[in-house]
Amino acid sequence: MAKLTIEDLKRLRDETKKKTVLREGGATVNITVHMGTCGIAAGAREVMEVLLDEMSLTDRLDIHVTNSGCMGMCSSEPNVTVEIKGQAPVVYQHVDRNRMRQIFKRHVLMGEVQTDFALARIQ
Amino acid sequence: MREISLHIIDIAENGIAADADLITIRISESPAENLLKIHVKDNGRGIPGEMIEKVTDPFFTTRKTRRVGLGLSLFKEAAERCGGEFGITSPEGTGTEISASFMLDHIDLAPMGDLAGSITCLVMGNPGVDFVYTHEYNERSFTIDTREIKRELDGFPVNTPEVLRFITDMIRTSLKELKEI
Repeated sequence: MAKLTIEDLKRLRDETKKKTVLREGGATVNITVHMGTCGIAAGAREVMEVLLDEMSLTDRLDIHVTNSGCMGMCSSEPNVTVEIKGQAPVVYQHVDRNRMRQIFKRHVLMGEVQTDFALARIQ
Repeated sequence: MREISLHIIDIAENGIAADADLITIRISESPAENLLKIHVKDNGRGIPGEMIEKVTDPFFTTRKTRRVGLGLSLFKEAAERCGGEFGITSPEGTGTEISASFMLDHIDLAPMGDLAGSITCLVMGNPGVDFVYTHEYNERSFTIDTREIKRELDGFPVNTPEVLRFITDMIRTSLKELKEI
């Protein structure tokens, strides 16, 4: 593979700008991957990799992914919180690659809470 | 931690939690000296002097969510287990610098792991923070600086999948080239 250059980055920026129209109003879905020591050791980076894959497959630009620290539920890590605008945030537990794919496709994109591995709904 | 790169994510996340907006990661591999050195520096609020000696105690944490603080203690343990040393400095108001060294051929040294994926993960989850990642191998080195990338992006978000893939590929290619004879 040839070495990537800043010129490649500029071309990528221009191509991506053409393909996408930034939506007004900011994020309507926030996905938080809890990345304390416990979360990282339990596989939070792999969860982030799946999110990057899934984000590449959708044209939704209103989905934001962020990291945060440990939420205190170390034994249920990796934890992921999905917050859809206007709805109570849902915390998922023991999230692995497959669970993250399912959460993204079913909850984030279709609005169906995946109760099988939901830990809590934050009221 | 099963990979050194996971320690790096963890230490960088500590800096971000301390309000840093610039994280500098330097990895030096010197097979000739049988030495791996890792430095992670942040410009966050730092650690008060009275706490600095306690931060590697696994039963010390400033957090209220749980009663253990394992990140730094695990990193220190990993370095010392591999014949290396661990150091932490946090001059008041200038952030924190964490360094660790490892014997490269030590049987207990964890694999470096997916460094490209780890740096990308940090950028993806913290688009407002800048990362400067330098990797040295013998006399050769490369640096990826997200400030430079953001300048070229000219306001276009750094955490879009296309740009994140670019960063991953750039690091993977540079790492491969670094170690080619």
